[in-house]
Amino acid sequence: MPVTQPTLLRLATAGSVDDGKSTLVGRLLHDSKSVLADQLDAVERVSRDRGLARADLALLTDGLRAEREQGITIDVAYRYFATADRSFILADCPGHVQYTRNTVTGASTADAVVLLVDARKGVLEQTRRHLAVAALLRVPHVIVAVNKIDLVGFDEDIYTQVASDLATVAFDLGLPDLVTVPVSALEGDNVVDRSARTDWYSGPSLLEVLETLPVADDPSHEEFRFPVQLTLRPQGAARDAAHREYRGYAGQIASGVVTVGDEVVVLPSGRRTTIAGIDTADGELTEAFAPRSVALRLAHDIDVARGDLIAAADHAPEPVRDLFATVCWLSQAPLSKHSRVLLKHTTCTTRAIVSAVDGVLDLDAVQIVPAQDLGLNDIGRLRIRTAEPIAAEPYARHRRTGAFLLIDAQSGQTLAAGMIGDPLAGEGEHADDWDI
Amino acid sequence: MNPITETIDDVGCGRLTLSHLDTLESESIHIFREVVAEFERPVLLFSGGKDSVVMLHLAAKAFWPGPVPFPLLHVDTGHNFPEVLAYRDRAVAEKGVRLEVVAVQDYVDDGRLAERTDGTRNPLQTQPLLDGIADHRFDAVFGGGRRDEEKARAKERIYSLRDEFGAWDPRNQRPELWNLYNGRHRPGEHVRVFPLSNWTELDVWRYIGREGIALPELYYAHQRDVFERDGMLLAVGPVSQPRATESVVTRQVRYRTVGDMSCTGAVESDAVTVQDVVIEVAATRLTERGATRADDRISEAAMEDRKKEGYF
Ligand SMILES: Nc1nc2c(ncn2[C@@H]2O[C@H](COP(=O)(O)OP(=O)(O)O)[C@@H](O)[C@H]2O)c(=O)[nH]1
Repeated sequence: MPVTQPTLLRLATAGSVDDGKSTLVGRLLHDSKSVLADQLDAVERVSRDRGLARADLALLTDGLRAEREQGITIDVAYRYFATADRSFILADCPGHVQYTRNTVTGASTADAVVLLVDARKGVLEQTRRHLAVAALLRVPHVIVAVNKIDLVGFDEDIYTQVASDLATVAFDLGLPDLVTVPVSALEGDNVVDRSARTDWYSGPSLLEVLETLPVADDPSHEEFRFPVQLTLRPQGAARDAAHREYRGYAGQIASGVVTVGDEVVVLPSGRRTTIAGIDTADGELTEAFAPRSVALRLAHDIDVARGDLIAAADHAPEPVRDLFATVCWLSQAPLSKHSRVLLKHTTCTTRAIVSAVDGVLDLDAVQIVPAQDLGLNDIGRLRIRTAEPIAAEPYARHRRTGAFLLIDAQSGQTLAAGMIGDPLAGEGEHADDWDI
Repeated sequence: MNPITETIDDVGCGRLTLSHLDTLESESIHIFREVVAEFERPVLLFSGGKDSVVMLHLAAKAFWPGPVPFPLLHVDTGHNFPEVLAYRDRAVAEKGVRLEVVAVQDYVDDGRLAERTDGTRNPLQTQPLLDGIADHRFDAVFGGGRRDEEKARAKERIYSLRDEFGAWDPRNQRPELWNLYNGRHRPGEHVRVFPLSNWTELDVWRYIGREGIALPELYYAHQRDVFERDGMLLAVGPVSQPRATESVVTRQVRYRTVGDMSCTGAVESDAVTVQDVVIEVAATRLTERGATRADDRISEAAMEDRKKEGYF
């Protein structure tokens, strides 16, 4: 029997204003006993000061002074809660200001998105847009909490209709396995414990869903990718004499599994070698998998540096200088002002030129419409030429090695979140697209 | 072969899944390595407190078999627990790193800073910290802040850009996508980096237990002369003397954080070992800051205000 140790699941929330996101997050923190006495005291005190009859759990997620004063959420906040088997990191993304920017940020690292829908309103344009962003960022799991079920009298037909509308949208977007749960964030039904008031619903509570989702893609079904962060070559400064001659390449495994003796290729040079050793400060390993940080020793003395990618020899990407990509524009200043940029892909930063704008994604229709330019929060299709070749691969298949940032060289601002190819296209459709 | 290659049967489906602590450790090591690769003059803020001790431990692992490739910086309030200072010097010698110290006392002595009426020095650390960063031209500053500590911290990025005044502008933070960190900054600016962002207090303790990391003794239960003030137990010492109305008693206590001795409270505890502490923390009903920091109780936005001014 393998040891059971707690695992880590990263979540992002999404929802329109007033759908009950703060209440739901507060309820998850409260009912999973992640709220401590002094925090709860503060919430009860403030609720009383505001003349409320009971503690407003939404206050648990209150943040900065400006947010409290204006009653809005400005920025992504990170929350932590845990059950016996799992720890959760929740990126709490505000629903209105800078919606796309924040949700893209939260979704980029998420294993699962929890989207709120108001049972009285059903699927709105906003809902489609939230789901489209989750699909675009290839978040492995999407769970929809159909909230305020108490306000529709715990009615089965209303829930079934909303759930089936959601399934249709998810199908259009190619989102696999959409899970829906009827909840009342305010009263706690089906959030942590299953509710007797929805006896027609036989599925798990929201927390039960979150506790049993697989954390991420199984590394044993992925291709091995290892972006080199730096060379460890301590020479005279080595912590012990045995390591004076040591040379290892430090990095975090981006995907897949690596085993001593595996044949690998170093990109962009294309040199082949084998893995001579997998090291950690705790000792050598025979095998390691994503997302572990290790140092790799190679059998041959070849030139390897930061920015290189070590990949499985028989499934390696082709280094390219011309990219077809989908980006979310994050800057106030439009793209036209930034056609010369820095592109950061894994550990490699190179100069780049945006050679063409192909169009903007209409998130409502999920269609590309022609455009000359990209503005804040636009999702667009670009062609980019880089100064150095990069080991690019389609984001649809490789979330880590298919992602990049565009950065303004002068101000240092992050301009765009980039995904190579068309993340919404099914797997296999991308291959021909991208040397256009 | 090493026993740490654990394959976890995640939710019973036989997948390869890293444990929660291994995932956090690997994320932190990745952050340390990114900073060392992309910045010229990183430094690690080191107080001898448990978070900074865990940071140093992770840094040593990230660059093994080489040395930790940056110095440590201690902002010394002058209100130290003696056992923490002793621990600091031992840790520095053991890891073979260079330690820089900026002392609040020097600023008080020459009048650049005035002692506060309440006598606490935590808020006085900002100026020496910023001067230390500027004087040494540090461009990346590792801090032990965790997002679970406090609501302003919950919004902090892992890489947090600071202007020449060290100020944090919560409304104008760079979006942080995937694990692609953008450390570009202009001359005079620096980046605060928080490798423990995603760790909770309990994670830190579990990790200390798993790795067998030594801490200053006062983190574990011991007998100490204390007096009660504002609902907190303060140790009797040179900078924390009881007033006439406050009576001194001997209690079995431990500290959950260590800082300015005049405003850091002890908690009554029987936790003598790491395992005891893990159980206590798991069961505890007060946040770390709420239990032990007088200065964070002053206002709901105390921490936010200090951070905007360039505090840790
Ligand atoms: N009746 C009912 N009201 C709810 C529920 N969830 C949230 N609310 C109320 O809806 C309003 C908006 O909730 P809030 O959590 O602030 O929404 P947010 O803007 O999405 O964070 C508040 O008045 C909540 O009390 C629910 O499940 N049932």
